[in-house]
Amino acid sequence: MLGLSPEELGILALSLRVALVSVICSLPLAIVVAYGLARLSFPGKTLIDAIIHLPLVLPPVVVGFALLVLFGKRGPIGSFLNDWFGIVLAFRWTGAALASAIMGFPLMVRAIRLSIAAIDQRLEVAARTLGGSRLWVFVSVTLPLAVPGIITGTLLSFARGLGEFGATITFVSNIPGETETLPLAIYTFTQVPGGDAQALRLSIIAVVLSIVALATSEWLTRRAERMHIDDRR
Amino acid sequence: MIDVDIEQRLGAFHLAVKFAVEAPIVGLFGRSGAGKSTVINAIAGVTKPLRGCIRINDLLLFDAGKGIDMPPEKRRVGYVFQDPLLFPHLSVEANLLYGQRLRPTMEHFIEPSRVIDLLGLRALLRRAPKALSGGERQRVAIGRALLAQPRILLMDEPLASLDVPRKTEILDYIELLRDELHIPIVYVSHSVPEITRLADAVVVLSDGKCLAAGDVDAVMGRLDLKPATGRYEAGSLFDTRVSAHDPSHFLTTLAFDGGELIVPELDATIGDRVRARIRARDVSLARRRPLEISILNILSGCVTSIGDATGPAVDVQLAIGATKLTARITLRSFQQLDISAGQELYALIKAVSFDQRSVGYA
Repeated sequence: MLGLSPEELGILALSLRVALVSVICSLPLAIVVAYGLARLSFPGKTLIDAIIHLPLVLPPVVVGFALLVLFGKRGPIGSFLNDWFGIVLAFRWTGAALASAIMGFPLMVRAIRLSIAAIDQRLEVAARTLGGSRLWVFVSVTLPLAVPGIITGTLLSFARGLGEFGATITFVSNIPGETETLPLAIYTFTQVPGGDAQALRLSIIAVVLSIVALATSEWLTRRAERMHIDDRR
Repeated sequence: MIDVDIEQRLGAFHLAVKFAVEAPIVGLFGRSGAGKSTVINAIAGVTKPLRGCIRINDLLLFDAGKGIDMPPEKRRVGYVFQDPLLFPHLSVEANLLYGQRLRPTMEHFIEPSRVIDLLGLRALLRRAPKALSGGERQRVAIGRALLAQPRILLMDEPLASLDVPRKTEILDYIELLRDELHIPIVYVSHSVPEITRLADAVVVLSDGKCLAAGDVDAVMGRLDLKPATGRYEAGSLFDTRVSAHDPSHFLTTLAFDGGELIVPELDATIGDRVRARIRARDVSLARRRPLEISILNILSGCVTSIGDATGPAVDVQLAIGATKLTARITLRSFQQLDISAGQELYALIKAVSFDQRSVGYA
């Protein structure tokens, strides 16, 4: 397909799966956190804000190491998940998804938070006086108006997930077919003699993938804005 | 019946207001910063007062003592804000029906098609709020509040963001709603013409206190409230009915309990209730009935009260029938005419000093 070898297709499919799963699982939490940070004031808000932003400023390897300590088979969370649910994240593709979710989380929260903060709060007040409960107003007014930010945040996090390297290789290692995503595969090829051509091919795939993702988000954002503002039929 | 007795503190601003009024349209009047919005936000449940209680038609919405604080969505209080605040992601139709869809069918008493026709929104239904003019947006906002099937409609300076022709248009619509839908309205404004044209009862707020509450003619005519209404034109209200038209001279005659008023021609049928307002400075006084004069309205009455006579102008109030008429004259004229309480005087009002905005359907 498209002149790609089965190995390349496998790498591509794994990368997409890791990035998609990480984005889908982190989006609901990111929306809740972004709403909390944009609209509520509570003690410890600054601390939570700082913790969420930590992956943005820490070396990714440190995040990967922290994940390994916490979610490893003997780590406090990892052993709990294993004992109670039989879920193992370390050295699995699900672990790679967790790593990219955490690395992309601050980007996602930031974009959504900005778009929620930009919504006129009086619209929500008006919706309450019209009979909407807090939750319904959030669903019917806040969320639709935050759609552009949600799309942007999702794309940023998705792209971050596709490119995630340091945290992934530290946490789940580089196992072909299980955790070897696009960047890890490119890295592997650059480490073997004569692997440059392969590395180049995979790099081109990465570029194309990024452009497609960007264009899709641009299109979705435009569509959402058009739906909002002018349906002057 | 609107029964409010609340206390609120917002920064340095302290509000302690207590009033109970009943009328088809209650005006909440005061300068900006008087606490008008604070009061209706508390009625709507948007903000929570520190103390007190709020009751509408014997339904307790808020009582700090009993720990009752009904959330805004349960109060069924329609709120029309200064800005229309339409939902930008919904069409006009979806905006209109937003509140109605959230109310159980058994609480529905205002039909969408009725509101759409009354407010002239039929042609706009599929449009987006962004594609509407300011006046159209405010009409949609009023319709949206009405279709949430409220017990009462709160309007917070709904004309503030509109130009003059749109203001007149919305005022006409509000009068139509009151007459057609029989829904009580609390109308917040700092404009004397708007309050006197619309309201039947008025609550005057100043610096977070309620200075007066009651019948609009009685309250707005009070000379002691001048500090609160001061920067606006003092004036008097006539509650009248159209008694005759004089098309050849473009005049209309209005009858009230103290006599008749001649005003520029009105587009009204004979028998219609009309409220006319005259500014105090447009009223002249004479001790004897003047002859051969261009002024069409010459009314006789007794002096009932005299305002502060230390400044350059003095307000003199006459009783003409049951109507109170205030005249603002110079201190010099006041002294020359030697005016005292109980004296009989003639009030002179030019017909042309009644302008379009001061005469309207009541």
